[in-house]
Amino acid sequence: MGKISLNTGYCKSCGLCIRACTRGALSISGKTNEKGYRVIAADDMKCVGCGLCYTVCPDYVFTIEDQTGSEWTV
Amino acid sequence: MAMTKKIPDTIKGANTFCPGCGHGVVVRLIAEALEELGHADDAICAVAVGCSCLVNVALGIDKIGCPHGRASACAAGIKRVRPGNLVFSYQGDGDSLSIGLAETVYSAQRNEKFTQIIVNNGVFGMTGGQASPCTLIGQKTTTTVDGRSVNMSGVPLDIMKMFGQIESVAYLARGSVHDAQNILNTKRYIKKAFEAQMAGAGFSCVEILSPCPTNWHMEPVDSMERIAGVVSAYYPIGEIVTGGGLNA
Ligand SMILES: Cc1ncc(C[n+]2csc(CCOP(=O)(O)OP(=O)(O)O)c2C)c(N)n1
Ligand code: SF4
Repeated sequence: MGKISLNTGYCKSCGLCIRACTRGALSISGKTNEKGYRVIAADDMKCVGCGLCYTVCPDYVFTIEDQTGSEWTV
Repeated sequence: MAMTKKIPDTIKGANTFCPGCGHGVVVRLIAEALEELGHADDAICAVAVGCSCLVNVALGIDKIGCPHGRASACAAGIKRVRPGNLVFSYQGDGDSLSIGLAETVYSAQRNEKFTQIIVNNGVFGMTGGQASPCTLIGQKTTTTVDGRSVNMSGVPLDIMKMFGQIESVAYLARGSVHDAQNILNTKRYIKKAFEAQMAGAGFSCVEILSPCPTNWHMEPVDSMERIAGVVSAYYPIGEIVTGGGLNA
């Protein structure tokens, strides 16, 4: 399935990952990082570990660990 | 096949581009390509002037800062004395196609065997969004306040068309960062350009359509839609020359 983790310290709240995610697993959270951006949050239950967010993110926020078994990989 | 998607080690930390800037994606694609081809340790990047110079912040490889417009001349020189190294220039459309057009054209014309990466966002990003040679007709910038007109400044410059006329060129492609599919294709183009260079085939160039949300005065998501629409309609995406050059 893949396990998504986020380095929200790098997030600039651009929203490109939300646009890319076909599962609606990403949203802007209520939290703000040190740079002052409202950061992204991921819903583990909706994420299929495809890596689309990793691919489109300009800010190196996402890591998808162990995509083994996921039908949806990029 | 890698079953983990993680940021390449060659990326040293956060970048300092604006939110939604396409430069951040291109820098990561270069890092991935270099690592996958085994050239992260011998690559040398000739860094342009512009927001493109912020490649310095995140990309942990050997780099040299070049005078404005001269990154391709510097890359050509470095490649001539270090032919075993993978050498590429990292330039904006202002740097490579405005002040540096002569160096750009003669690098291709002289068949300099490095790879030119041109990040085309259609404006001078760093200096506040002035028009570049690639600004589209009708596009409003700080120097084309009523929109670029053909009468005042001619048609937008399509460097792939110009390069395409030079028969010795080894590899040419235009990619884009406006969605995941195009980002993955662009990575493939960058790898093919690097491979053509290391095979000694000749000059290679990948131009990449990229947003500048700050100076386009658009949200990042809307900027990507603009590329999917009018920008890529004028600048067609895809490979222009493959398997060309000396090894053809
Ligand atoms: C000789 C010289 N002329 C002008 C400038 C001012 N200047 C700095 S960056 C830049 C334009 C950069 O635009 P582009 O190459 O498109 O890169 P971007 O910032 O969009 O990535 C200009 C004109 C300069 N630094 N040096
Ligand atoms: S000004 Fe434009 S090109 Fe420069 S970092 Fe910001 S979005 Fe990117």
